[in-house]
Amino acid sequence: MSGETAQPMDRRETEIEQGWRRFVQNLKRSAVEQGRIFMRSRMAVAGLLILVFYLLVAFVSPYVVPYEPYERVYTADGSWAKLQPPSAAHPLGTTEAAHDVLTQLLLGSRIAMFVGLLGAFMVAVIGTTVGVVAGYYGGWVDEVVMRVVDVLYGLPFIPFVIVLVTVLGASVWNIILGIALLYWLSTARVIRSEVLSLRERPYVEAARAAGASDFRIMSVHILPNVIPLSALYAAIAVGYSIVAQASIAFLGFGDPTIPSWGVMLQRAFVTQAFGTAWWWVIPPGLSITLVVTGAYLVGRGYEEVVNPQLQQGQ
Amino acid sequence: MVNKRYLVRRLFLMVLSLFTVITVLFFLFRMVPGGPMAAITSPRMNEAARQAVIEQYGLNEPMWKQYLLYMVNVLQLDFGQSFYYGESVSSLVADRFLNTMSLMLTAFVISYTVGTYLGAQLGWLRGTTKERAGMLVVLLVRSTPVFWTGMIVLYLFSFQLDLFPLGGMRGFEASYTTNAEKFLSLDFLYHLVLPVFTLCTFYTGLPLLLMRNNLLEVLSEDYIDTARAKGLTDRRILLRHAARNAILPVVTAFAIAIGFAVGGQVLIETVYSWPGLGREMVKAALRSDYPLAQGAFVLLSIIVITMNFVADLTYSYLDPRVKLGGS
Repeated sequence: MSGETAQPMDRRETEIEQGWRRFVQNLKRSAVEQGRIFMRSRMAVAGLLILVFYLLVAFVSPYVVPYEPYERVYTADGSWAKLQPPSAAHPLGTTEAAHDVLTQLLLGSRIAMFVGLLGAFMVAVIGTTVGVVAGYYGGWVDEVVMRVVDVLYGLPFIPFVIVLVTVLGASVWNIILGIALLYWLSTARVIRSEVLSLRERPYVEAARAAGASDFRIMSVHILPNVIPLSALYAAIAVGYSIVAQASIAFLGFGDPTIPSWGVMLQRAFVTQAFGTAWWWVIPPGLSITLVVTGAYLVGRGYEEVVNPQLQQGQ
Repeated sequence: MVNKRYLVRRLFLMVLSLFTVITVLFFLFRMVPGGPMAAITSPRMNEAARQAVIEQYGLNEPMWKQYLLYMVNVLQLDFGQSFYYGESVSSLVADRFLNTMSLMLTAFVISYTVGTYLGAQLGWLRGTTKERAGMLVVLLVRSTPVFWTGMIVLYLFSFQLDLFPLGGMRGFEASYTTNAEKFLSLDFLYHLVLPVFTLCTFYTGLPLLLMRNNLLEVLSEDYIDTARAKGLTDRRILLRHAARNAILPVVTAFAIAIGFAVGGQVLIETVYSWPGLGREMVKAALRSDYPLAQGAFVLLSIIVITMNFVADLTYSYLDPRVKLGGS
C-alpha cells in the first residue's frame, strides 16, 4: 500500500476517535444532568438508599455475622436452642434447627443482591441488543425475532424454571439462566418499537449518507437514545429477579446449602414453625418487599428523568 | 375490528407456540439426570418387569421415534400414565385445572372489581396526600412476594385467631358426587376465603394503577370540561363520563394478566395446600413423575398462550384505533 492512500485512512480513523470521544463526553454530561433531576425526587432517593443499604449489608455481612449460617446454637443446659424468640444473644431468635436467624438474614442479602443485579443486567443487555437489532434491520430479521419473542411468551416462568432446575440441578446459576431466557421479552418489545421510530430520524439518515456502518449507527446514534428505557426495565427486573429466586427457593428448588431469604421462608413453611415463630418469617419477607420496592422506586424516579411529561405531573 | 388475515396469522402463531413449547419440553425431560428410566424402574424390579416398563413407555426406541410417538400421543391429548398415581395424566390434570381456575378466577374477578373502583377514586383524588399514601400502599403490597403474604395471613387468621382452615380445599367429612356440588358448597367457600384474600392483595394493584392512569388521561379531555360546564355533579362526571372511557385497557389487562398469573399460581397453591395444577407439577417434579410434570406444564402453557391470544383479540376489538398486523 502506498503512502498516498494510507494518509486519508489515518485521517478517517482520527475522525472516528473524535466521534467516540464526543460520544463519551455527551454521555457523561447527560448522566450528570439526569442525576440532578433524579435526586430531586424524594421517592427515588429513598429507593436508592434502600438498595445501597442492602448492597452494603451484602458486602459486609460475611465479616460481621457472629455465627455460621448453619451453626447449631446450644442453650445453657446443652440442648438445641430451637425456636428461641428474640433475645440479646439472638436479636431475631433462632430457627427450628437451632440456627441464628439474623445471621441467615444478613447473609441472605448476598444471594438476593447478586441475583437481582445480575438478572437485571442480563435482562437489559439481552433485551436491548435484541430490540435494537430487530428494530434497526426490520424486515425478516425483525419478523423472526419477534415471533421467537411471541413463542417464548407462551412459557410460564416459574414452571419453566422448575423444569430447568430439575434437569440441570438446583443452583442459583440455573435460576439466573431462567431469568435470562424469559425476562428480556418485554424489554425487547419496547426497545424495538422505540428503535422503529428512531431509525427514521433525519440524523440517522445523515449518518448513513456519510457512510457510517450499521454497527456504528446502532451503537452511536440509536443506543444512547434507548439506554434510558433499558435502564428503567433493568430497575424493574431487579425486583422481578429477586422475587423469582425467592419463589423458586420457597418451592424447594433452591440450593439449600447457601442461605437465602427464599430458603429461610421455605424452611419456616415446611416445618410449620411459621405458625408461631414470627421472628423467623417476618424479616426475610420484609427484606424482599423493601428491596423490590426500592428497585421499583429507582426505576420510576429514572422514568421521570426521561419522560418530562411525568415531571410536570408532580 | 378484527381483520381476517390477522386472525389467521395469530392462530397460526398460537399453534406454532404450542408446538415449540411441547418440543422443548420433550427434550428437556429427556435430559433429566439418569433419564426417565431412573424414575420408573427400581433395583428391586426383575428383568422381565423392567423390560415391560421400558416397552410400555417406548424408552428403547431411538430418540426421533420416541419424539414422533410422543407428538402423536399429545395430539390425542394422551400424556401417558402418571408413575406415581398410576392414573392417566389427562384426567388428573383436568381435575387439577378446575381447582386452579376456581381459585384464580374468583380472585381475579374480585381484584378487578375492587381495583377498578379504587383506581377511579385515587385518580379523582390526584395530587392529594391521600392519593400519595394510597399509591405507596399499592406499591408496597405489589412488591410483597405472594407466598409470604400467604404465610402471614395464615399466621394471623389460622394459627393465632383460629378462624379459617390451614389449607386444602375441603373439610374431612365433606364428600361430593359432582363438580357443581363441590364448587358450590359452603365448605369449599370457607376454604377459599384466605387464598382468595391473599391473591387479591397482590392482583388488585394492576387494575388499580391502570385505572388511575387512564382516568388521569381521560380527565384532561374536552368532554369532561363540557360535563363540568353543564353543572353535573363530581360523582356523575366520574362515573358516567370519565370511568366508562378509562376502563377499556383494564379489560384487556384482565386477559393478559391471567396468562401471566397462571404460572405463578403454584406459589399460592403450595402455601394453602390447594390441589391445583401448579402444585401438582411441583410435586411431580420432586417425585420424578415426569409424565405428570410434563402434562401439567403443557396445560399451563396452553392456558398462557390462549389467554395471550384472547388478549390480543380483545384489544383490537375494543379499541378500533388499534390496527394490528397492518390493513
